[in-house]
Amino acid sequence: MVSASSTTGGELWEVFVRPRRGLAHVHVGSIHASDAAMALRNARDVYTRRQEGVSLWVVPAAEVRASSPDEQDSFFDPAADKAYRHPTFYEVPDALHL
Amino acid sequence: MSTFEELIAANERVEPRDDMPDAYRATLVRQIAQHAHSEIIGMQPEGNWLTRAPSLRRKAILLAKVQDEAGHGLYLYAAAETLGVSREELLDALHAGRQKYSSIFNYPTLSWADIGAIGWLVDGAAIVNQVPLCRCSYGPYARAMVRVCKEESFHQRQGFELLHTLSHGTEAQHAMAQDAVDRWWWPSLMMFGPPDDASTHSAQSMEWGIKRFSNDTLRQRFVDMTVPQAEALGLTLPDPDLRWDEEAETWRHGEIDFTELFEVVKGNGPCNAQRLGHRVQAHEDGAWVREAAAAYARKQAEKGRAVA
Repeated sequence: MVSASSTTGGELWEVFVRPRRGLAHVHVGSIHASDAAMALRNARDVYTRRQEGVSLWVVPAAEVRASSPDEQDSFFDPAADKAYRHPTFYEVPDALHL
Repeated sequence: MSTFEELIAANERVEPRDDMPDAYRATLVRQIAQHAHSEIIGMQPEGNWLTRAPSLRRKAILLAKVQDEAGHGLYLYAAAETLGVSREELLDALHAGRQKYSSIFNYPTLSWADIGAIGWLVDGAAIVNQVPLCRCSYGPYARAMVRVCKEESFHQRQGFELLHTLSHGTEAQHAMAQDAVDRWWWPSLMMFGPPDDASTHSAQSMEWGIKRFSNDTLRQRFVDMTVPQAEALGLTLPDPDLRWDEEAETWRHGEIDFTELFEVVKGNGPCNAQRLGHRVQAHEDGAWVREAAAAYARKQAEKGRAVA
């Protein structure tokens, strides 16, 4: 994380906020910072000025591995033909409230 | 896998790694960058009054508002960066004058009442412009705009309240409020851009779902919203031709002198040189902080490696 150009204020970090206890961290945007401590402070100032969160994660953007949109169909296809994974696949008597 | 055209036709969002036409990408970079630059430059006219706010309450409010503008600029730079352009390129383009910011910020803030007029009129116009952008076809831009719009409402309301206080204060305070509205009204109407028949980018942007309503439609929406608010403030809008059209149930405004807008866009507004000069100076003055932070991070990383 040291190739950061000093003209922009550091590397790109992705920011995740947990809005409140009981909820998962959600991606909210990104931030520039030269190290993790600064990324956390910058993320706090930019993304939680109005108590939007109780916890923050920052992750170097370069460390995120993503599925490719070009392979979206073949990658997610296996789920499409397994209707028996859904409760509505099964016929049961209505009266029994299953 | 849907093509770009299919996504647009289905009113679905386009996300960063999707295939998109070069012109769509270029249009978004231009628009989002201009929007981000506007937020950053927009801190200057208001920052001008931070040290002279009339009370601690007003000062704290203005400080929070200026901080929000910085935040909005950063949300938007982050959105632009998802299109493959770097922060450095964007700042360079602003500093070299290759990318623009909203002309409204090239007007001076001559009195404290201007802070109220900016909140009420400039942020009011910005809200009308920005709410439809929350449904823009490019996902990261739309999501950034949702955050911006949530925060913008405080900006407009504090401006209205500030002007209301002045307008119902002493005679001199009322006159100060009226003077500010007199100066900011027409530039605010010009924030919506040139008339529809003279707008160069509109048609294509509408087709791509970047823009949802035409310049004139949004401008009219703003006028209809603002006229009754001016009345509630006890202030008049400086347009002798402003009249209620009974049949169309809408306010008709007088002709807008767009030659002024084009002059300001060209760089001949009252504060163009000052705004850009100040921005470049701030960037250069901050260089040592960025260098120190980078050096610290480098040292920490080396220490980490030594331990391992």
